[in-house]
Amino acid sequence: MRMTSSKDLYEAYEKFKVDFEREGKKIIVCAGTGCVAGGALDIYEEFQRLLEKDGLKDQVELIKETEEISLKKSGCPGLCEAGPLVRVEPGDILYTKVKVEDCKDIIQETFVEDRAVDRLFLRIDDEVYPYQHSIPFYINQSRLVLEDCGEVDPESIQDYIARGGYLALAKALEEMTPQEVCDEIVKAKLRGRGGGGFPAGVKWSQVLSYESDMKYIICNGDEGDPGAFMDMCIMEGLPHSIIEGMIIAAYATKAKEGYIYVRAEYPMAVKRLARAIQQARQYGLLGPNILGTDLSFDIHINQGAGAFVCGEGSALIASIEGERGMPRVKAKRTVEEGLWKKPTVLNNVETFANVRNIILKGANWFKSYGTEDSPGTKAFSVTGNVNNTGIIEVAMGTTLREIIYDTCGGIMDGKKFKAVQIGGPSGGCLTEEHLDMPLDFDSLTEVGAMIGSGGMVVMDQDTCIVEVARFFMNFTQNESCGKCVPCREGTKRMLEIMEKIVAGKATMEDLEVLEELAYTVTETSLCGLGKTAANPVLSTLKYFRDEYIQHIVDKKCHAKVCEALKTIRIIPDLCKGCSKCARICPADAIIGKVREVYRIDEEKCIKCGACIESCAFAAIEEV
Amino acid sequence: MGTMTIDNKKVEFTDEKNVLEVIRKMGIDLPTFCYYSELSIYGACRMCIVEDDRGKIFASCSQLPKDGMKIYTQTPKVRKYRKNILELLLSNHDRDCTSCNITGRCDLQRLARRFGIENIRFGELDEKLPIDDSSHGLVRNPNKCIYCGDCVRVCEEVQGVGALSFTHRGSDLKISPAFNKTISEVNCVDCGQCRIVCPTGAITVKDDREAFWEAIWDPNKRVVAQIAPAVRVALGERFGMKAGEVTMGKIVAALRMLGVDEVYDTAFAADMTVIEESQEFIERLSSGENLPLFTSCCPGWVKFAEYKYPELKDNISSCKSPQQMFGAVVKEYYKEKDSEGGKETIMVSIMPCTAKKAEAAREEMEVDGVRDVDIVITTNELARMIKELGIVFEELEDEALDMPFGLASGTGIIFVATGGVTEAVVTRLLKDKPRNDEKPVLFKDVRGLDNIKEASFQVDDREVRIAIVHGLKNADNLIKMIKSGQKHYDFIEVMACPGGCVSGGGQPSPTNVEHRRERAKGLYKIDKTSFIKSSERNPVVSNLFEDMLKDKKHLIHVHKN
Amino acid sequence: MQASEMMARVDAIVEEHGNQQSSIISILQGIQKEYRYLPEEALNYLAEKMDISASKIYGIATFYENFSLEPKGKHIIKICDGTACHIRKSQPILDALRKELNLPEGRITTDDLLITVEMVSCLGACSLAPVVNVDGVVYAKMTPNKTQELVRKIKEGTFGEDD
Ligand SMILES: Cc1cc2nc3c(=O)[nH]c(=O)nc-3n(C[C@H](O)[C@H](O)[C@H](O)COP(=O)(O)O)c2cc1C
Ligand code: SF4
Ligand code: SF4
Ligand code: SF4
Ligand code: SF4
Ligand code: SF4
Ligand code: SF4
Ligand code: SF4
Ligand code: SF4
Ligand code: FES
Ligand code: FES
Ligand code: FES
Repeated sequence: MRMTSSKDLYEAYEKFKVDFEREGKKIIVCAGTGCVAGGALDIYEEFQRLLEKDGLKDQVELIKETEEISLKKSGCPGLCEAGPLVRVEPGDILYTKVKVEDCKDIIQETFVEDRAVDRLFLRIDDEVYPYQHSIPFYINQSRLVLEDCGEVDPESIQDYIARGGYLALAKALEEMTPQEVCDEIVKAKLRGRGGGGFPAGVKWSQVLSYESDMKYIICNGDEGDPGAFMDMCIMEGLPHSIIEGMIIAAYATKAKEGYIYVRAEYPMAVKRLARAIQQARQYGLLGPNILGTDLSFDIHINQGAGAFVCGEGSALIASIEGERGMPRVKAKRTVEEGLWKKPTVLNNVETFANVRNIILKGANWFKSYGTEDSPGTKAFSVTGNVNNTGIIEVAMGTTLREIIYDTCGGIMDGKKFKAVQIGGPSGGCLTEEHLDMPLDFDSLTEVGAMIGSGGMVVMDQDTCIVEVARFFMNFTQNESCGKCVPCREGTKRMLEIMEKIVAGKATMEDLEVLEELAYTVTETSLCGLGKTAANPVLSTLKYFRDEYIQHIVDKKCHAKVCEALKTIRIIPDLCKGCSKCARICPADAIIGKVREVYRIDEEKCIKCGACIESCAFAAIEEV
Repeated sequence: MGTMTIDNKKVEFTDEKNVLEVIRKMGIDLPTFCYYSELSIYGACRMCIVEDDRGKIFASCSQLPKDGMKIYTQTPKVRKYRKNILELLLSNHDRDCTSCNITGRCDLQRLARRFGIENIRFGELDEKLPIDDSSHGLVRNPNKCIYCGDCVRVCEEVQGVGALSFTHRGSDLKISPAFNKTISEVNCVDCGQCRIVCPTGAITVKDDREAFWEAIWDPNKRVVAQIAPAVRVALGERFGMKAGEVTMGKIVAALRMLGVDEVYDTAFAADMTVIEESQEFIERLSSGENLPLFTSCCPGWVKFAEYKYPELKDNISSCKSPQQMFGAVVKEYYKEKDSEGGKETIMVSIMPCTAKKAEAAREEMEVDGVRDVDIVITTNELARMIKELGIVFEELEDEALDMPFGLASGTGIIFVATGGVTEAVVTRLLKDKPRNDEKPVLFKDVRGLDNIKEASFQVDDREVRIAIVHGLKNADNLIKMIKSGQKHYDFIEVMACPGGCVSGGGQPSPTNVEHRRERAKGLYKIDKTSFIKSSERNPVVSNLFEDMLKDKKHLIHVHKN
Repeated sequence: MQASEMMARVDAIVEEHGNQQSSIISILQGIQKEYRYLPEEALNYLAEKMDISASKIYGIATFYENFSLEPKGKHIIKICDGTACHIRKSQPILDALRKELNLPEGRITTDDLLITVEMVSCLGACSLAPVVNVDGVVYAKMTPNKTQELVRKIKEGTFGEDD
């Protein structure tokens, strides 16, 4: 059904809304990547089978007469750790860690017997949470962008329209000039969610100001930060919100073509986006004369082929143009000479997904969230050693403490918080002293970290911070495109030194060289990858220099992570001389006589740990 | 237009494309590895970094000059970072300068010395890669590569060949032909332009000096040398002279000191080529077959056409290039004498060109099993031989060429500048031969360094349309236009190197626009003062055609299968 | 591989994506899907067809991690070593797999071309770290043992039967 005017859209909205709200009894299966990995699709099929073929539906209907049960898939509501998730409406009942075998009980007990399946409720520290919205995870969030993620079926444009989708587009087209749209975004101070925090409205206004026969809108869905997946969550869960944002951007800047660049590891995101684009075309929301206006705009999807650096703007453009994804130096900025040297808007997935609310509800509403200079919300993917890992969306300016302890349920196994790595490989680490600092673009930059993509890895006391810095160094070194000297050669040498440090082979001179290189790479590299590659090292050096020195001088890793620095020793007082360990040691490193105290030859020991487990008297320890 | 402040001095800028050009204009030689004004800006070496008044460091090659900009080319930070970058480059470099082909002329070495790198703290080259010496013209030593990408860009942007590319990424980055093949296995045409821009010893000329020495010292060998025109206007640069300074007499003297038996001028053979090629052209004009006629004197171009446009085979002149004609003729000339005296004539050509090495080695470049040319030595190799002997080149007394093949017309000399062949052929076609002082006006469309030049001449009743193109990328574009019917020509001169042989792959580098212009000027100066104006007035050449070549034209034609 | 058949397949892929440089990455993805790697002959043919130098295509193919110039295994196991997975110990999974498959350092594909093992960064299921992706299906909260189990199933040919 092709809509040819805003009126058509409003009518569709009214109609779909009624359908959506009438749906009554609902089983919503999360079909995000995480839950799918846990078997969500099988669960969905099982429900389908039970309802259709096994006649459970009839059974329910016999009892409840006219009430229908509808079954749908949704995007990820963020609590992936507890997945696969199944939510049942009405009642907001949330079942976690659902298995195929549970499906029957869910239908039988919830719908026929009118009681819930308690064993599937979320439990945190003996506390039981039957309802999604009572879970602390959600209480402290401000889900604006992700509001409908987990509510609507990402494969259904009707669902999206029913929730007010594309009304912002209609409003822009009907009531606003392109300049006014740009102005509204400027006024909202919407800052790019992809890392830099550059005001999106300013970008748009600049692109609008250039005369050109062709202009482009590019959505950056490369999300290369290893450990961040909120853009994926939006692409999979609310693909239409990105498309709507892009169409509005096209209207605001007079662009004719759009590209969404998605990393190759997100096949489901590609599938859902492709489907959404198809639907939008069918509905007359993409293609020529959108909603009967002069606006013509269409979107292509480009799939990455495995290169983190392609998230960088100029490399991404090179990649779309069919080149090696190497960043380019350019005299003019992307807004003037971007894709094929034409004016180009390049924004992140989440940036585009924010647009509809700003247009619909206004800049002032948007600014009522967040801080003065960083209004709105930010999605984070919280992983690592916290109880509730997953995707959260909080107002800018929320503190780390609130995120880690209130939303994410604190550190796993009651351990002590040590640090959080924020912004992925280009970011920095924050420590206890930053727990109460408001998270926004500027305050993070001040302390040498950055929001970056929004990846947040929480680390407990048992994490070796030096090894984590080495891990990130390894990542960036691997992902360097190799074009410019400081990054190609510098990160390689930095990694060599980091490897020496964790192997206990570095000297204090090495540390000096490491720092010198870090500054050289930071200040002279061509693109953002190199410019930020040293951040994890520099920021951990700033807060945990003593741990580096421990590794270098004392040859100790107090977190006992660095293999090479471990020592395995036998506690003489506890050893009964049973010889079991000596027999099990693959390196013949344990010497002694039966019934006397055994001893480990450090030279020979390969630190495999086999002896520790073998000792029945717990006489062997790792120090 | 605007003013900026560089190192506290106010500097005006006009149309400079980047801050680097402005800095250079004010007389500061900022170091660069990856900047060539004729290539696209790459911005990878980071040597050209400067600091602005807010302490921000940026690469000056990739920044537009802005009014009011304040920058510093030398600050403690810039100095330290630049040294660190050099140190990083050297740390991953096969640093055996003493035995490196281009030591003393190497940009990397020079900058290392200029910035006082004395200690390399960051490590060693981790793995030695095999050296590619498969080609006749060039040697690629990847262990010396600093990945500035200059070769990749010149090969693609100027030559339109794309034989080399960046491959892999990060610290695995490499420069290599497709599928890691050798350059002789791919579409490389041996033009050597990549070698001209390479700032290190990663691409060098295939060294044939040893064979030359051996020939010289072999008493049973008659070593005959031919000197190509472009050599005489560039060799002096290796001895501190200015580009374009004509040093023919000194080169002759030097070759005799090296022990060469006879020294001749390739321009002599160019005269032959002019006559033969214009004959061919006249025949084609009247038969109307296989037009346009493409020139064949540049082996870089011939190879390019063979790879990319095999269908043009019959449009390329069947005349051998001057180098090969000369070889064939000299060998024929001494044939009897040699067999009587038990000697062997060795033809050595002194060329500005790496592709000529490959040309001489082509299978078909022989007559009855005798190679036309045995050894090809480039301008640079000759300079090294002269230095090796300790000859003080600048102070040599001029000596005259040997006879009979030392006589050449001005036409033959300018053969090597772009447009030279055309000028020579047209001069021959015209009934009323232009005087030397008339040539600049008559051939104003033909001279100069425009990428593609067009001219038409009235020959008898017919308008002859001519195109002259240099740089293979331009040739490629021209052929595409011809194929699509946008353009029509009768005669097309193609020179692979930008500006023709004056900037051949065997010439001293740098070879930028100014060098090209000065060298070409030198050639035109010789043309102006030469007393034989046109090829057909060259008495020795005329004799040759009437006598020895009368029924042996096959000597000077390529026999394609 | 028959040359004419290869040409026809490449023609079809180029047809689908359009004969212009901007399509090159999609075209290479298409070829890789067809052959599980990028055969040299196919790329040479592509270079000629698209008037792009073979070296440039080779340069692109070696830049992106997902392209392989060597035949890959029938089954592809991707082990995530993104931040979340790394912290939750993905390395031992790789070690166990290599051992199980007798893969020495530097080799990723088994000799019988049955299995290719790759390390990738973040598959987007970080909450379920460490994760492993086998032929496009994500397996959550993996351990060395569970992964070895999967491999055994693949070897026995029973993989995918009960999943
Ligand atoms: C190495 C590197 C990787 C990047 N990766 C991403 C990415 O995956 N997604 C993204 O949106 N931005 C990424 N960026 C930032 C982009 O260059 C660009 O700033 C951003 O897409 C602009 O959109 P925004 O203003 O909406 O944030 C990356 C930058 C660098 C230097
Ligand atoms: S900083 Fe690194 S990724 Fe960026 S251009 Fe330089 S080498 Fe490539
Ligand atoms: S197994 Fe334990 S008790 Fe027995 S010899 Fe070893 S350390 Fe001593
Ligand atoms: S850790 Fe392993 S190698 Fe070392 S003593 Fe124990 S069993 Fe032997
Ligand atoms: S390339 Fe230059 S720096 Fe390197 S070894 Fe040769 S002369 Fe020395
Ligand atoms: S000066 Fe130094 S580098 Fe040069 S040859 Fe002598 S020892 Fe070698
Ligand atoms: S010699 Fe010429 S064709 Fe060959 S790689 Fe160098 S520039 Fe390219
Ligand atoms: S071969 Fe020479 S020109 Fe080419 S990248 Fe290496 S150093 Fe630069
Ligand atoms: S233009 Fe001259 S120097 Fe260049 S390849 Fe051709 S013949 Fe050689
Ligand atoms: S994927 Fe289901 S909750 Fe995130
Ligand atoms: S010359 Fe500017 S970066 Fe190389
Ligand atoms: S880090 Fe492994 S899935 Fe994200």
